[in-house]
Amino acid sequence: MALLNILQYPDERLKQVADEVTVFDDALRAFIHDLEETMRGGPGGVGIAAPQVGRAERIAIVDVSAKKKIKQHGRMVLINPEIIEWHGSIVGREGCLSVPDYTGNVVRAESITLAAQDEFGELSRYEMEDYEARAVQHEIDHLDGMLFLDRLVSRRSDLFKRKAYQ
Amino acid sequence: MDKWYMVVVVGADRPGIVAKVTSALYDGGCNLGEASMARLGGNFTMMLMVQSEGREKELQAMLAPVIDSLGLHLHIDSINGELHHHVEPDVRITLFGEDRSGIVAHATAALAEVGLHILSLESDVAGSEDKPIYVLHIEGAAREGVPALESALEIIANEGIETRLAPIETVIG
Repeated sequence: MALLNILQYPDERLKQVADEVTVFDDALRAFIHDLEETMRGGPGGVGIAAPQVGRAERIAIVDVSAKKKIKQHGRMVLINPEIIEWHGSIVGREGCLSVPDYTGNVVRAESITLAAQDEFGELSRYEMEDYEARAVQHEIDHLDGMLFLDRLVSRRSDLFKRKAYQ
Repeated sequence: MDKWYMVVVVGADRPGIVAKVTSALYDGGCNLGEASMARLGGNFTMMLMVQSEGREKELQAMLAPVIDSLGLHLHIDSINGELHHHVEPDVRITLFGEDRSGIVAHATAALAEVGLHILSLESDVAGSEDKPIYVLHIEGAAREGVPALESALEIIANEGIETRLAPIETVIG
């Protein structure tokens, strides 16, 4: 058990595209344990991705269960996650463990369908929306070397839900 | 230690004000902190944190040529920097309606009473000259919770102003 060091922007390693995970062994699960501890070690973190601690592999953890009264799946270990469907778009506020003392508005899909493996390599599908879908999109960005800073829109952009008619 | 100043510059808007003012500060060895600038009506307004080795008078002298040549007004205050301590908003409120006196005073008084700490406020007078409308955006920290703000918004709505409230639920990941 260990708290891992969280890289902070402008660390170049945050811009790397992470590699697929192919081996699901005890070493992977030990790392995920530490990654989760690191996420829970800071205030307010609802997600973390392996590149944030300097490991360029497609591993993320999301747990928005601290937010009451929203649809959510609880703790999710997401390995090699892939968004297979997107619906709608919505502006919301984001911050990042790797970008202290700043939050900004970002446009994300309102709901997504996600396919991801867990720490044992088991593949699952998830349907999710709003806050949880935002957290997952934020973490998958880390796996692709992107930060929310890459996607900032004006603070004047509104935060109200709008239906997308396509 | 370099000191922080709040530099306020106001004047009739024209292109190039920001570049000229900030270049004068940079050439004078200053460093800029956080800033807020906007065109309000036909006026350009700048509020910027400036870090400088010099005193207020030296800053004044440094800026005098550009202030005079652009016909601007300058105000400088010594401040505490206090960077890296952002207070995050948890609510965004938009008000809009037919323009009249008292919208901001009544709305912010009602909101202050139920615990709103305003962190930013922007407003525009829109519409036409004969039918102006007022649009106000506030972001703040609801110190007594977001639901407490609803009662204040009802008071404002009863005065004929439309109100929208959206919690800001920041994803930290």
